Amino acid sequence: MTALLEADGLVRIYDTHRGLFARPAPVRAVDGVSLHVAKGETLGVVGESGSGKSTLGRMLLGIDAAQGGTVRINGKPMPAFGTPDWRALRARIQMVYQDPLSALDRRLTIADQLREPLEIHRIGTADSRNQRIHDVMLSVGLRPDQADKFPHELSGGQRQRVVIARALMTDPELLVCDEPVSALDVSIQAQVVNLLADLQVEKGLGMVFISHDLKVVRNLCDRVAVMYLGRIVEDGPSDKIFSDPKHPYTQALVSSVPQPGRSLNSRIILQGEPPNPAQRPTGCAFHPRCRLSEDICRRDTPHLRQIAQDRSAACHLVAPATVTA
Amino acid sequence: MSNLVEIRDLRVAFDGVTVLHGIDLDVAPGESLGLVGESGCGKSVTWLAALGLLPAKASVTGSVRLETQDLSGAPRHALERIRGGRIAMIFQDPSSALNPVIRVGHQICEALKLHRGLTGSAAKVEALRLMDLVGIPDARNRFSLFTHEFSGGQAQRLMIAMALAGEPDLLIADEPTTALDATIQAQILDLLVTLRREMAMATVFISHDLAAVSQVCDRICVMYAGKIVEQGPVQQLFDAPRHPYTRGLFDAIPLLTGPRQRLIPIPGTVPDPRHLPTGCAFAPRCNRAQAFCATQRPDLLPQPDGRHLACAYPVPVPAIQNTVHMQKVYQ
Amino acid sequence: MIRFIASRLFRAGLTVIAVMTFAFVVLRLSGDPAQVLLGPDVPQSVIQAFRDRWGLDDPIWTQYLAYMKAMFQGDFGLSMRDRSPAIDLVLQRIPATLALTIPALILQLAFGIPAGIYAALKRGTLADRGVIVVAIIGFTVPSFVMGLLLVLLFAVTLGYLPSGGASTWQHAILPIVTMSIGGIGVLARFSRSAMIEVMGQPYIRTASAKGVKWRDVVRYHALPNAAVPIVTIVGFMVGSLIAGAIIVETIFSWPGMGRLLIVSVTNRDLAVVQCILLLVAAVMVVSNLIVDLLYGWLDPRLRNTAAAH
Repeated sequence: MTALLEADGLVRIYDTHRGLFARPAPVRAVDGVSLHVAKGETLGVVGESGSGKSTLGRMLLGIDAAQGGTVRINGKPMPAFGTPDWRALRARIQMVYQDPLSALDRRLTIADQLREPLEIHRIGTADSRNQRIHDVMLSVGLRPDQADKFPHELSGGQRQRVVIARALMTDPELLVCDEPVSALDVSIQAQVVNLLADLQVEKGLGMVFISHDLKVVRNLCDRVAVMYLGRIVEDGPSDKIFSDPKHPYTQALVSSVPQPGRSLNSRIILQGEPPNPAQRPTGCAFHPRCRLSEDICRRDTPHLRQIAQDRSAACHLVAPATVTA
Repeated sequence: MSNLVEIRDLRVAFDGVTVLHGIDLDVAPGESLGLVGESGCGKSVTWLAALGLLPAKASVTGSVRLETQDLSGAPRHALERIRGGRIAMIFQDPSSALNPVIRVGHQICEALKLHRGLTGSAAKVEALRLMDLVGIPDARNRFSLFTHEFSGGQAQRLMIAMALAGEPDLLIADEPTTALDATIQAQILDLLVTLRREMAMATVFISHDLAAVSQVCDRICVMYAGKIVEQGPVQQLFDAPRHPYTRGLFDAIPLLTGPRQRLIPIPGTVPDPRHLPTGCAFAPRCNRAQAFCATQRPDLLPQPDGRHLACAYPVPVPAIQNTVHMQKVYQ
Repeated sequence: MIRFIASRLFRAGLTVIAVMTFAFVVLRLSGDPAQVLLGPDVPQSVIQAFRDRWGLDDPIWTQYLAYMKAMFQGDFGLSMRDRSPAIDLVLQRIPATLALTIPALILQLAFGIPAGIYAALKRGTLADRGVIVVAIIGFTVPSFVMGLLLVLLFAVTLGYLPSGGASTWQHAILPIVTMSIGGIGVLARFSRSAMIEVMGQPYIRTASAKGVKWRDVVRYHALPNAAVPIVTIVGFMVGSLIAGAIIVETIFSWPGMGRLLIVSVTNRDLAVVQCILLLVAAVMVVSNLIVDLLYGWLDPRLRNTAAAH
């Protein structure tokens, strides 16, 4: 069965201008990323600044063109941005954004914003559209009487539900969510995360969930890919990756999440800053900050290899013999 | 042992809308206090009001004492001496909280001049020492750089250095790690803990991240809708939260380990300060609320086990028998 | 840096040439200098001779190229009225115009910026509203109305000041005031909004929390940041000063470049008009270039440095 979404060796290069006069330096924001999402599965993508995860999200939607590699939806390659085929594909893949206030048009009522996708893709008639709006609003936990409100009249959690509802209007197969709950309070986060989990089960949606919040990712996602400086450094099932991380970066990442009951002293504190994609270290991009780095790490770039049945990692020191935290 | 800071019945209103409904808070010397709550609960406003940093149109009543000195209603020059000199505050999003057109070294030296009278090369030497202390690599060469030339984590370190310049007795950290990456958050938390230990400084750590607060603090206050609803030693609150809101916050946090289960959110949303429910502000969202809760607002009362609680029907904990709450008064 | 200035100068040059070309075309397509200059009673043959002498019947391309060629050699043509070099006529008038515009600019900066900043610091109070109202009146009332009102009040009714001419320094007072009023209003409004924006920034709160005295927060933390948008407006205002000079000089019979422009346009004295326009375009372009360079000095984020990692 073809995967719902399949990305192979994606590369995205930006030219950055450092100040007024320096020559533009090419920056590999995404450097050879391959992943796949099956129908009804949630893939989490975690990383910090400079990891390229947001760029990756846009590439999966076809918004940013790939300078290398391919994206296939249901086996068919992603059409070029702006073409009629690409526009038609928008009905099948939708995006959910981080900041609901800026993702919604301030001047349109909720009902108008929800109707827009239907009008764009010419789905249904005037009456059936109203019915669909009503149904989708209920399914995301909004009251139908809120349809005539404006975004600023709703709370943050309600706005995010509207964004999700809008994404669901065309009955997509795949949702790409870029930090959809980061701007929400903890109690509201929980509501929206539950909602996403429920929708996924009900509708068999595939989802790519991009976030920096490990706890939410672990709760919602079946599999997780950890990115560092444009590459995937580890991937595997979310339970195993967080309870038994193999790559030193994943170990540090997991360790950095404060957990009640675990003292601070047992944490791995990484030295240095998240890397600058314009100044990529030689060999393994993580080696300057890695507590276990050796000579080979400086020389050779490790590739993502399988280290267990459903897990892979890109580290010279992780082989069938595992690295303990 | 007398308290470093005592806040009594602090109330703040903006344009007639009350956002703080009477806060009572103590900070002992060298203590580390966590202030937890969601957006709009008033956790930042409390300290901005205490330091007189709210805009003039905010109405602030109540008393704030720093040892023997009364800060509420103090004249501006007195407050200016306190700010940075005895109580320092660092903020969220350090990249925009530092002045973009002034060199960072100069910003630190400004604090040194104000509170320790250091100028010229003496100030620079001390500023460099502070930059080293907070972990800025190659401080000497970066002394004359501007804010935008530092990353978020380094900018936060600079803010901390600037805050420490005045040798304050109390450092208030208002969501210091929220805008930062996870691994950098860990670094900054680590730094704050180390500094507090080495400088015997009291800290107030304001955050919405319960777990981070628990790592850094001795005591935690949980705030909701402008009031403190529960307060107590960290371990106690974590082992057995009694206020339904505190309990709800814990339940709503996804776990990194253990079985994957559905999250238990708190239904509803935080109330609009303009339309607070009568009685307990949390009652509409509380699964333990009774008729009493819709009419009477519970006071924050000390409990036998050492914590403070503002609830009439708290979550039961087997060992605790005699919960002090208003219901007894009205029975 | 060199590359930056060079590219800016190049663009500036292109702008000036574009303005010149536009003016050139419009002037020649909009009326016959011969007719205007010589009057309606002159026989056709005289008019024709005039046109031949000045090449007015040549195709427009030829005229344009001839002009451009001459310009690059420093020859800006001759005035049709008295056949003296256009450039000399213009340069003669510059000091008079400067005598108005420079004091006007100084007044605008000296009153407009402080008024705006004061209003921003006292936001919402009566003082703030007062400043806004006065500022709005200042820049909405057209300068010719303002000028005439001032003349009516000070020259005609009160008799304090003369109403026209340029013989004594008292003659300069009303024109300068008229010219500066609009700019004071504009600067006050922009300074106010720039300052309000800056005062709402997180770093101002940090400075206060540090214990910096309020006066110093405004002076050392807020003002340097408000300078960038204010400088932008000042750059534009230099251009509008020149435009204002035209009207004011006409109202007050002030013998400056503006009046020369009006007279020359009326007379279709092409070379003089082009010359003045060239000068005005050059001044605008240079002032904007200076503003661009100032940005880099005022806001370090715009300079040649990469973010550290």
